[in-house]
Amino acid sequence: MAGTLAEKVWGSHVVRRADGEPDLLFIDLHLVHEVTSPQAFDGLRAAGRQVRRPALTLATEDHNVPTLDIDKPIADLVSRTQIDTLRRNCAEFGIRLHAMGDAEQGIVHVIGPQLGLTQPGMTIVCGDSHTSTHGAFGALAFGIGTSEVEHVLATQTLTTVRPKTMAVTIDGQLPDGVSAKDMILALITQIGTGGGQGYVIEYRGPAIQALSMEGRMTVCNMSIEAGARAGMIAPDETTFAFLQGRPNAPVGAAWDEAVDYWRTLRSDEDAIFDAEVHLDAGALSPFVTWGTNPGQGAPLSATVPDPKDFFDPGDRISAEKALAYMNLIPGMPLRDVAVDTVFVGSCTNGRIEDLRIAADLLRGRKVAPSVRMLVVPGSMRVKVAAEEEGLDQIFLDAGAEWRSAGCSMCLGMNPDQLAPGERSASTSNRNFEGRQGKGGRTHLVSPAVAAATAVTGHLASPADLGARS
Amino acid sequence: MNPFSVHRGIVAPLRRTNVDTDQIIPAVYLKRVTRTGFEDGLFSAWRANEADFVLNKPEYTRSSILVADNDFGTGSSREHAVWALMDYGFRVVIAPRFGDIFRNNALKTGLLVIEAPIDEVENLWHHAESCPDQSVEVDLLSNEIRYGDKVTAFDIDAYARWRLLEGLDDIALTERHNERIAEFEKSRPERLPSLS
Repeated sequence: MAGTLAEKVWGSHVVRRADGEPDLLFIDLHLVHEVTSPQAFDGLRAAGRQVRRPALTLATEDHNVPTLDIDKPIADLVSRTQIDTLRRNCAEFGIRLHAMGDAEQGIVHVIGPQLGLTQPGMTIVCGDSHTSTHGAFGALAFGIGTSEVEHVLATQTLTTVRPKTMAVTIDGQLPDGVSAKDMILALITQIGTGGGQGYVIEYRGPAIQALSMEGRMTVCNMSIEAGARAGMIAPDETTFAFLQGRPNAPVGAAWDEAVDYWRTLRSDEDAIFDAEVHLDAGALSPFVTWGTNPGQGAPLSATVPDPKDFFDPGDRISAEKALAYMNLIPGMPLRDVAVDTVFVGSCTNGRIEDLRIAADLLRGRKVAPSVRMLVVPGSMRVKVAAEEEGLDQIFLDAGAEWRSAGCSMCLGMNPDQLAPGERSASTSNRNFEGRQGKGGRTHLVSPAVAAATAVTGHLASPADLGARS
Repeated sequence: MNPFSVHRGIVAPLRRTNVDTDQIIPAVYLKRVTRTGFEDGLFSAWRANEADFVLNKPEYTRSSILVADNDFGTGSSREHAVWALMDYGFRVVIAPRFGDIFRNNALKTGLLVIEAPIDEVENLWHHAESCPDQSVEVDLLSNEIRYGDKVTAFDIDAYARWRLLEGLDDIALTERHNERIAEFEKSRPERLPSLS
């Protein structure tokens, strides 16, 4: 029977299927971090259980870690306790940990692909909703809660209901200066934060195939912002080229065998999806959010919407509340919105390609005096690579701050936060109230828009700088 | 988890869409390594900044059934959102649509989440606002919500319902199939990554 990519990967991991019950699914890779794991390890200890497959489990420190003075003990005692707890748990249960200061440390969704651990056709979970990132490789990857983290630690499986499938086809070609981030922000605005609820999204079409692995990760990363637990892209030559030679990628005959298998991981021509959505990449332009959920976005060239124009009463009230929180007035051009802070980083846009795009625009330019710009690489490897290319110097010369790796201002669990009332242009994934610091206001943008905004002091596109891209 | 059969309590009407888990409990509370005591973090920004927020009104401070608008529990996978709701005293959340991960977390932890059509949500809001002291009964044995002279049926996944009624531990259930897991492990290709 014809199947979709998601169905094929799901089907090859079913340990047990029974009528009226969710499937029992084998998990190939379990990623762990300090925030959602301590209570799971406590649960194991209380029940006298072990970690079934420590070798299929990898831990890192990312959410809490400071991005300055990383050679010193963490000043925040509560954060330090959480980090210490992860270290003790990993030592006790025999799990590899890339701790702060380690050359492989970084955001969990940046280091998995970087180490070649994320491969097509695998099932990958993590106690973090942006696990959908790994779907860019044709893996089935999704976020889980702490109870499920404990379940995977104990059994290397997950009891879970098979999701529906949605095809998102993106035709055409992205115009210059428009990126994967603009594409996914536009899609979320189109289908809404609940549009993908209950689905695994498969992104396909020429505009998706044309993306680099970094761009594909950005798209899959934000699937959860459309309500979908997972996003996937069929693996192709771009995927194989990215993986070949990475530390945990297969070699020799095993590589050939793997590639032969990976080529079968695509939806059959006559596969039927439960839902289909189309988007024209050629019609896209730089996209920003104006509200307090990722579905409240608009082209940068637009104006702040008027809540009165929303048909649905729930959407109208939500828009009114969002504009009050964001302190924006309907009809105001989005380009006139001035920001205090620009953040480049996160599991959405903290990879080397993202830093190159931002640096290209900042070369020979200055960050506006009214703006604080923070550049936080997604991993220590990304940091080293950027420094080898001299990107750090470009950022520093422009007046930006160059930091060490972590989740940082994406969610403000470390000291990198917005002050109450401050406004940011951020390459991260969530513009929720208070997400980047209590009372902070967030506009989600691409790395290119972030860099242009840093220079002008208000939301801007590369074209506004007279730059081609 | 504790079994769930019938619960009677006061409804808190939360007329908001897109209540993301960052609003249910902000990240700053996630630094704790314990599994209980998160009630202080529940909706902490709204409780601190909005005098007319539903849980700041005396008639709803002891409520145990939360009724919200579309897309409740979207965003972050933090199970702390479920713990905070339960630590505060909530046993049931009713909304037209939930974030997938939140719903999973809730049902695995013993917080009953019910997807109800917006008309039913409106009825419950109206009931809670017009007679806040009159409790509502949620019956998982008969799949019914009862209040005033109204009785409405609700749908819930049969397997999730059985686990809630029995209060079953998922891990113990899965361990019954350890032999199958071991068999599956033997069939996995050797080339798959391993961190031995």
